[in-house]
Amino acid sequence: MIRILSALAGLVFAGVVLLAFVMGATTWLTEEPMHSADHEFHLDAHGPEGGYSFDGPVGKWDVAQLQRGLKVYSEVCSACHSLKFVAFRDLEEIGYSEAQVKAFAATKQVPGIDPNTGESVMRPGEPTDYFPSPFPNAVAAAAANNNAIPPDLSLMTKARHHGSNYVYSLLTGYTDPATFEKDGKRLMEEFPDFQTPPGLYFNPYFANLNLAMAPPLGVDGQVTYDDGTEATVSQMSADVAAFLTWTAEPKLVERKQTGFAVLVFLLFATVLAYFAKRQVWSSVKPKKA
Amino acid sequence: MADATGAAAAEPKNIGETSETGEGGVRRRDFINIAAVSAAGVGGAAVLYPLISQMAPSADVLAESTTEVDVSAIEPGQAIKAVFRKQPLFVRRLTPKEIEEANAVPLSALRDPETLAERTKDGHLDMLVTMGVCTHLGCVPLGAAEGENKGEFGGYFCPCHGSSYDTAARIRKGPAPTNLVVPDYVFSSDTTITVG
Amino acid sequence: MSFPWAKEYTPANGFTKWVDEKLPLPRFVYNAVGAGYPVPRNLNYMWNFGVLAGFCLVLQIVTGVVLAMHYAANAQVAFGTVEHIMRDVNWGWMLRYMHANGASFFFLVLYLHIFRGFFYSSYKAPREMIWLLGVVIFLLAMATAFMGYVLPWGQMSFWGAKVITGLFSAIPFVGEPIQIWLLGGFAPDNAALNRFFSLHFLLPFVILGVVILHVWALHIPGSSNPTGVEVKSESDTVPFHPYYTAKDGFGLGVFLIIYCVVVFFLPNMLGHPDNYIEANPLSTPAHIVPEWYFYPFYAILRAFTFDFILEAKLWGVLAMFSSILLWFLLPWLDRSPVRSGHYRPLFRTFFIILLVDMAVLFYCGGAPAEEPYVMISQIATAYYFLHFLVILPIVSSIEKPKPLPYSITEAVLGSDKKAVLGENTQPAT
Repeated sequence: MIRILSALAGLVFAGVVLLAFVMGATTWLTEEPMHSADHEFHLDAHGPEGGYSFDGPVGKWDVAQLQRGLKVYSEVCSACHSLKFVAFRDLEEIGYSEAQVKAFAATKQVPGIDPNTGESVMRPGEPTDYFPSPFPNAVAAAAANNNAIPPDLSLMTKARHHGSNYVYSLLTGYTDPATFEKDGKRLMEEFPDFQTPPGLYFNPYFANLNLAMAPPLGVDGQVTYDDGTEATVSQMSADVAAFLTWTAEPKLVERKQTGFAVLVFLLFATVLAYFAKRQVWSSVKPKKA
Repeated sequence: MADATGAAAAEPKNIGETSETGEGGVRRRDFINIAAVSAAGVGGAAVLYPLISQMAPSADVLAESTTEVDVSAIEPGQAIKAVFRKQPLFVRRLTPKEIEEANAVPLSALRDPETLAERTKDGHLDMLVTMGVCTHLGCVPLGAAEGENKGEFGGYFCPCHGSSYDTAARIRKGPAPTNLVVPDYVFSSDTTITVG
Repeated sequence: MSFPWAKEYTPANGFTKWVDEKLPLPRFVYNAVGAGYPVPRNLNYMWNFGVLAGFCLVLQIVTGVVLAMHYAANAQVAFGTVEHIMRDVNWGWMLRYMHANGASFFFLVLYLHIFRGFFYSSYKAPREMIWLLGVVIFLLAMATAFMGYVLPWGQMSFWGAKVITGLFSAIPFVGEPIQIWLLGGFAPDNAALNRFFSLHFLLPFVILGVVILHVWALHIPGSSNPTGVEVKSESDTVPFHPYYTAKDGFGLGVFLIIYCVVVFFLPNMLGHPDNYIEANPLSTPAHIVPEWYFYPFYAILRAFTFDFILEAKLWGVLAMFSSILLWFLLPWLDRSPVRSGHYRPLFRTFFIILLVDMAVLFYCGGAPAEEPYVMISQIATAYYFLHFLVILPIVSSIEKPKPLPYSITEAVLGSDKKAVLGENTQPAT
């Protein structure tokens, strides 16, 4: 009885889903497949030439690069983007001394209260403060940016696929849609109606190709590096992408180093366990005749 | 093969039995078992470290460990309460009379002998900085705010179990074992102290 | 119950004797996973996954309890407290990655354990109860994992909570009130987050309870084995300790190596980038998918796209729940007297098709809801139901199994003297 009922139920489910298949297949065969520019002309993110110092299982931070990236963030990105999960004190991890961090924090204005009157005021930052947001709230951010809220950058490189490469590609990827081509096909020939709406900027690395952010790093030398590195657009993009990788995963190097110690131990222990197992079983395992 | 199958029913050789079965001490094949179980033990113990360590103060808590207090506005005879490591900190400017009273007490009469000079910084004998935490069981003593009971020795009085502190915040009466703790601090300027 | 030749616990000294008289816990452990539990001698490495699943449960409970010391279930701060764990708490990053990837590895182990059961028909009499409890554990683990995924309060957390509770809205008439009741509101917010946290903390201990019943039920008939032939004599078994403790110890080592490679070098491989974006009730991610271990069931849910008498949405929900609930019926659907797939050629062919089918469902569940993935998942879904509910019962009654070995000993050693003499317990050479 139970088997008859089950078989009936099985046939019903299979029948209904196959019916859905037939309907779906009919539509699929009769209707033109949808073409879309963002589907066909989107580019996969790539990193700077030579990759990052933190790539791979033994990768480490390039502290000088992180410091340059901080400078790019501070002078360019921070005008619109917050970095709310990073505290000034965290900068000690990228090679700054306590005094330098204190001095850096003091140059930033953070919201506070007047100790005597309790009114909201802006006060100089302290090492325990977090990077301040350029806008007091989301509404203000939207109002100032044509309704596109600039996202917080603390976790950006983990919030996108291949995030470190994505940031680099996006920053260096602005181009002219009129001449853009991919795999030998020109965008304007395949999609003559394609246009970038006013107030948006064409960037093939962005999901729908049109991005609300104006090219932030436009000219070489936009930032003057303290260590004398030439500030090309590519260099600045790679530096800030590296810095944002650090803000997203400050424990990355510590994690990989711990991982090595753990794996060495586990390999050793597992080999021991294997021989112990063999030894225990040696008395009952039939020997090959 | 007879030997191989016969052993299935025989006593298994495991590490717990080495002392009974091993005739010449630990044999080589027992050694591998002991080593494997030891490795598992070491691994298990190593895992305990992060599990215990995670309960210690986190980086953001440790980062708040220094507090700056502006002491310029405190009048003689007044005290303010600041916060240090989420605990009250008493900063008190003593009057000449209070200093005199503190110095008049012979050290032999004290449960926890310390002079006022030892409890303050050079040149700032009138600036008494202590934790506002009773050394008995951690209540906040009274006496820092205007009009509070200062106890019979004119310093601080803990209402929980009746400990009385004198004008140098030294324990004089009641169950507390030691004087109110003087935290590490420095005068970062004439008017500001940095605690911690 | 145990086999008559099971070794009896003998207290080693006065103290253990005293404990044994007052609370025979050492005796209990000895009989459960010690030398007092005789186990078939021919178990292969597929029999490791029960112990590994137990290990994963303990791992999740330990790391979870620790994370709960730092996490706050409040929609305002939940995302921030997870970042606090990742950045400021001592070893917090490691504990969180262990817990998040631990869930994935728990499911990986559960799937291998379940498919072991499918192939060797571990659900058959006299082990039906073990199987039924196992399905209960799997359902509880799914609920726990889903609620845990909501806690970081990222975009996938939020929309996962919304979509999964939305499944209940497919129920006619009472669906929407049920969804609102589950969430404690019209969309996921504090109320939902708090109750999910509470239940996420509670359910693992419920699972632990059911696991104890599962193992208890296992000890009544004893473990199954790759031949599917029941234990006949002492020569068919070895004591659990040290034989299987040693074997499981080695298996655990291999498991930990793979697990630690992921935790320390690829910790976000199995996660989704969108969950590093804080929950935003006003914007749905472009491509929303559950965690990978739900992919096959998500594919089944999405395969129903056509209203036939009932709404497509309701068909999808019914099919998704049925696809797991039908596992409860397995002991009564498969009536073949032979257990092991090794001796069932026809069954074995269909089992391999099922594996491919599940792989296809896994793939389609993670793919975007576009053609041709939907059409492929429709075919795969149809096969899934036909396999369990139609093919399996038919195969079990028409197939002619290959001859079984007389005993486990014969399967291992090539001969069992008892088969010839019918009395001697000493196996042949």
